[in-house]
Amino acid sequence: METSNPYFSPFVLPFVLGAIFLLGICVWKFVRWFKHFDRLQRAIIRKNLLSWKIIPALWEMFREGILHVRIWRKNLMLGYMHSSIALGWFMLILVGFIESHMTPASSHPFWMAIFYRFFITTHQTFPGAQVLTFIMELMLIYVLSGILLAVVKKIYSRILGMKKTTKHILIDRFAKAFLWLIFPLRLLSEVLAASRFQNGGFFTGFLGDLIPPSNEYFLLLSWTLYSCALCGFFVTLPFSRYMHIFSELLLIYFRKMGVREKSERTGYTMYELNACSRCGMCIDNCPLNKELGHNDVQSVYFLRNLRQKKSPIRVADDCLMCQRCASDCPVNIDLMAIRQQERNKHEMDTADNYGYLDTVQPFNAIGRVGYFGGCMSHLTPGVPEAMKAIFEAAGQKYWYMDEDRTMCCGRPLLQQGFNRQAADLRRKLTEMINKSKITMLITSCPICYQSFKKEYKLRIPVIHHTEYIAMLLKTGRIKVRKDDVRTVYHDPCELGRGCGIYKEPREVLKATTHLVKAKQEKEDSLCCGINLGDTLLDIDQQTLIRNAAFQNLMYKHPDQIATACPMCKKAFAHASEFPVKDIAEIVRENLK
Amino acid sequence: MSVNFGYSIAPTRAINYDNCDFSKLHELEQAVPSFKRCINCGACTATCSAQQFTSFNIRKIKTLCMDGQYESLGKELKKCMLCGKCTLVCPRGLALRPIIMTMRKIFVTK
Ligand code: SF4
Ligand code: SF4
Ligand code: SF4
Ligand code: SF4
Repeated sequence: METSNPYFSPFVLPFVLGAIFLLGICVWKFVRWFKHFDRLQRAIIRKNLLSWKIIPALWEMFREGILHVRIWRKNLMLGYMHSSIALGWFMLILVGFIESHMTPASSHPFWMAIFYRFFITTHQTFPGAQVLTFIMELMLIYVLSGILLAVVKKIYSRILGMKKTTKHILIDRFAKAFLWLIFPLRLLSEVLAASRFQNGGFFTGFLGDLIPPSNEYFLLLSWTLYSCALCGFFVTLPFSRYMHIFSELLLIYFRKMGVREKSERTGYTMYELNACSRCGMCIDNCPLNKELGHNDVQSVYFLRNLRQKKSPIRVADDCLMCQRCASDCPVNIDLMAIRQQERNKHEMDTADNYGYLDTVQPFNAIGRVGYFGGCMSHLTPGVPEAMKAIFEAAGQKYWYMDEDRTMCCGRPLLQQGFNRQAADLRRKLTEMINKSKITMLITSCPICYQSFKKEYKLRIPVIHHTEYIAMLLKTGRIKVRKDDVRTVYHDPCELGRGCGIYKEPREVLKATTHLVKAKQEKEDSLCCGINLGDTLLDIDQQTLIRNAAFQNLMYKHPDQIATACPMCKKAFAHASEFPVKDIAEIVRENLK
Repeated sequence: MSVNFGYSIAPTRAINYDNCDFSKLHELEQAVPSFKRCINCGACTATCSAQQFTSFNIRKIKTLCMDGQYESLGKELKKCMLCGKCTLVCPRGLALRPIIMTMRKIFVTK
């Protein structure tokens, strides 16, 4: 080898080999996953590869892959911890690279940036040298403070606002040990170098002055250990959670190009699985963890199982599909779609079972709007009654599609992976809707709403009754008076996180009652427990989840609970001593 | 020649429990313990969405299952839409959707 090269010493070898290994494995994995993209996904990428979309993509890659803005927003300490290691290290590499290339030298091997202070033993005088040294020192302190926080989090996570942290597997622990060693070793190496060569910056130079000049033996030993720690981290990285560092960047890029999850696993899913940093932010708020102590089903474990190619059916099934974890995930992984993919795999029976629905006769409702109460609203007859009164007050002709008997929209089947059966129901309902010639479909059940909106390909607008009422109020088609009952609004999972409807229900409630806040609301609201996503829970477990959601609503001691989902209404009705009403019922009471 | 009295008598049906295979029932009861709490009140059947279109009868399915009469279950179970109304009305808090899902796993063969 180039023994004559003044910028080579055998201790750089572990680092160099580790880096080559890392690069090789990453490229191999990324190419393999990319090959498994489906045709549509690839077409999207080809179309957008060099379009203007690349600019927001690059910005988001920097913002979320390096600055971790979403984590900052959730929790300042965690944000600091994650970004210090990411941004700090990124800067050390970037500024180190600039520094080494600015330095007049016979050659600039790529490891020079990493082991700069070993090879460059004098203070440099090129323009900006001092500034670069200063930044390098600052970034080292920044990273070290982040590592310190990570150690504190390991010992006492509550200081950083986390009740439970991820239970890691062996490879993750190894990788983490190497990661935690890298920067203290770098500090030690630079301090020893500073004590011997007087080439330190304000921090390492200061520390170097405190100790006697180190001998060559210790110096080499320290730099070797630093190189080995880097090597250890690089070799474990592709098989550990730290694969997220690179996967996340590519994921963000593909997502910005417009690629989305499919109903089956594709190469894109592999990017998503690997983009999970196992940060554990999806654990604390999962109702199954908090209320029931089911502590191996949360998204972090679910994704890890998939990455390890084991996927117990129980884990895929034991989930309320409440989407709380998805709103907590700083990487914005499409957690629900991935869980659904796993559920789709155990579709058991593909026969057509709903032939009996063909007895339903088409109805001509030309010029009217359609109203679909949904199965559950038949158990809360007050809701469709209120809607009828509101339609009448607005002078709106309507057709109550499922007044005497109700066909399920198909979403509960879909969520359990019975895709063919759900498609049967969709076909029948679509036929009914198309033949009736209604101009708009209004639903009371958020599950049906999400279903009609996302799964059906209807040619007419689909809106939830809260949106409809908000529209009637805005256009003055109904008039209401405002009472002063202190009312708290419960965001149904399927309406809020599922369809992003937060504004309209609140507008309507503000116009009709005195709206007070819940402790956690909107994206952070809690599941009422009886949602249809989980088929493994029994009533006692659902009740525990419901109680937690109820307590959350009691934050400002309201006198009334309002919701916009017949199921949530049913859930809370059993828990509450005071009225639980649907928004439609409140509006009906206050009609002028 | 038989006289039409306007009603008929159901054929006698005797189940010999000694010849029944209860293993599947036990499997079900183990998977969803609340199954045993049923008092056969029929509320689930009265509210059932599928029942409104067809003769599908979830209580009957449960009763047949308890008697070890599994033959017709697979075909019948396919009619359930999994909508969950039954679960909400059951006064004994049976986890009916889990029961139906488990039954599908046990009785519906491809
Ligand atoms: S799924 Fe998201 S929130 Fe959960 S551990 Fe992974 S990255 Fe963190
Ligand atoms: S969707 Fe809800 S129940 Fe399922 S893992 Fe996420 S937070 Fe937990
Ligand atoms: S409602 Fe409950 S208790 Fe009554 S028959 Fe149905 S399952 Fe049994
Ligand atoms: S889940 Fe099945 S059995 Fe229960 S009410 Fe709905 S259709 Fe009937």
